[in-house]
Amino acid sequence: MSETVTGKDRYKSGVMAYKKMGYWEPDYQPKDTDVIALFRITPQEGVDPIEAAAAVAGESSTATWTVVWTDRLTACERYRAKAYRVDPVPNAPEQYFAYIAYDLDLFEPGSIANLTASIIGNVFGFKPLKALRLEDMRMPVAYLKTFQGPPTGIVVERERLDKYGRPLLGATVKPKLGLSGRNYGRVVYEALRGGLDFTKDDENINSQPFMHWRDRFLYCMEAVNRAQAMTGEIKGSYLNVTAATMEDMYERADFARELGSIVVMIDLVIGYTAIQSMAKWARRNDMILHLHRAGHSTYTRQKNHGIAFRVIAKWMRMAGVDHIHAGTVVGKLEGDPNTVRGIYDVLRETYNPLCLEHGIFFDQDWASLNRVMPVASGGIHAGQMHQLIHYLGEDCVLQFGGGTIGHPQGIAAGAEANRVALEAIILARNEGRDYLAEGTEILESAARSCPALKAALETWKDVTFNYESTDTPDFAPTATPT
Amino acid sequence: MRLTQGTFSFLPELTDAQITRQIEYCLSNGWAVNAEYTDDPHPRNTFWEMWGMPLFDLKDPAGILMEINACRKTFPNHYIRVSAFDPTRGVESLRLSFIVNRPKEEPGFHLERTESRGRNVIYTTHAYATQKPAGRRY
Repeated sequence: MSETVTGKDRYKSGVMAYKKMGYWEPDYQPKDTDVIALFRITPQEGVDPIEAAAAVAGESSTATWTVVWTDRLTACERYRAKAYRVDPVPNAPEQYFAYIAYDLDLFEPGSIANLTASIIGNVFGFKPLKALRLEDMRMPVAYLKTFQGPPTGIVVERERLDKYGRPLLGATVKPKLGLSGRNYGRVVYEALRGGLDFTKDDENINSQPFMHWRDRFLYCMEAVNRAQAMTGEIKGSYLNVTAATMEDMYERADFARELGSIVVMIDLVIGYTAIQSMAKWARRNDMILHLHRAGHSTYTRQKNHGIAFRVIAKWMRMAGVDHIHAGTVVGKLEGDPNTVRGIYDVLRETYNPLCLEHGIFFDQDWASLNRVMPVASGGIHAGQMHQLIHYLGEDCVLQFGGGTIGHPQGIAAGAEANRVALEAIILARNEGRDYLAEGTEILESAARSCPALKAALETWKDVTFNYESTDTPDFAPTATPT
Repeated sequence: MRLTQGTFSFLPELTDAQITRQIEYCLSNGWAVNAEYTDDPHPRNTFWEMWGMPLFDLKDPAGILMEINACRKTFPNHYIRVSAFDPTRGVESLRLSFIVNRPKEEPGFHLERTESRGRNVIYTTHAYATQKPAGRRY
């Protein structure tokens, strides 16, 4: 029941509980045009969860710590965010899910910086809470229509590359630091002519003493063009344009375009505004924009505090990137299968129905924003191909760094092994075979006519990364009673 | 060289039985299949010649394979690919595209480098075959 104080008493000077100021409205029906945020709140001991939820609503919208009379000069009831539902988190006694609705007029159109300054602004340091996590958001169609979204999108990317019906294949050049431009280009050439579609700069390859950025771009484009001529396929190398200033990034991106690159790359650490600027640049210049999520685990991994990666994925689809690293399930980095599935759905679907077991708390209509290609990278190899396709589907980039470059017969052989493994599993999947159960058999059979795949399977056959995930959904699917 | 465009170019050439199973997969998804042929394998040659219209209304894999084989019979020394179109909202594009016929010899591509400003190079890819007029290339 609403505890909101009304009339003259509401504006009496002094401190008043947030839930009495109008930030807790349990009868509120969110409008189609409201932005909705779902927070996981852990109140300090003795703090009422409803009051904590109201405080989050207040501190992420109009409130300050005391009553101010200047509220009365505004349509303040509209501008107050409203906590309207608080549920205990299953199997987590101290934690609550708080649903908060925000009027659309609280946000500047088309600005992730403005959205996040409210939703993850001061509120995350608020003392009455032990911890706070932004779990999910529902973006209204009216708001999504103010964002450009991905400059290229999955469909047009495939059309430009002329590659359909299978995941794209990539590799990150290793060692990630220390190679000269010439040596770096050698890795790119071997990997691309061997059968990969893309190679990739690592997140921290920018312009260092051992290889300045122009050198890297020039040698990479020589490698890309040579590999195209050797295979008759379109190839790309994600040229990382991450730099200290926007001016530097534009200079690097312009040079990449001048050299005929089809793709440039940025890191998440450049910030939301810089990402949106590069998204607009990419749209203007027919460029695929790859985003590496460097830094995200500092705030996405622990379940009690921070931001769930599915929210970052939503913001990045709005900000406008074409590729984003989003987990592998089977590789070396964090990734519970159900959580990863939810993130991939956020990036790739035109509509997400609520699905608690995948961590999706709201129906989300994507308002025809382009779809984003998720990238699976980190500790994966050819022997896992059937599992990767089972968990991740075909609209993704599978990125084998060590799993290409570490091949005993060389980089091109590593690339060929990955491509043959991929095509063999896709062929079997399309034929209706149980490719997950028969995966090893399908790969071994393909390896009989491909010595490179045979060697890859032997080298990495027992490599798995079985650790418990930290970021898992809170809801398990319940069996329907029959 | 071997042109590796298409979904299955790294596998041994598909048999008719294997092609049929891929067609069945396309039909089961509601995609329209067609055959296209070319003697210009340039990686940016998007528009291969259509062997008739996409077979929107033909639901019989054997019938579609007959069309593919008719195309192969007419152009035994061209590149021929089978493509599947998905009209679903959010896609409205190809979902599968694989080569089912290729010339006996594939001479490949010449990479031409034009030195320009500074160390910049402008790259142009030429298929050796397209130095001859269309129809006399392979």
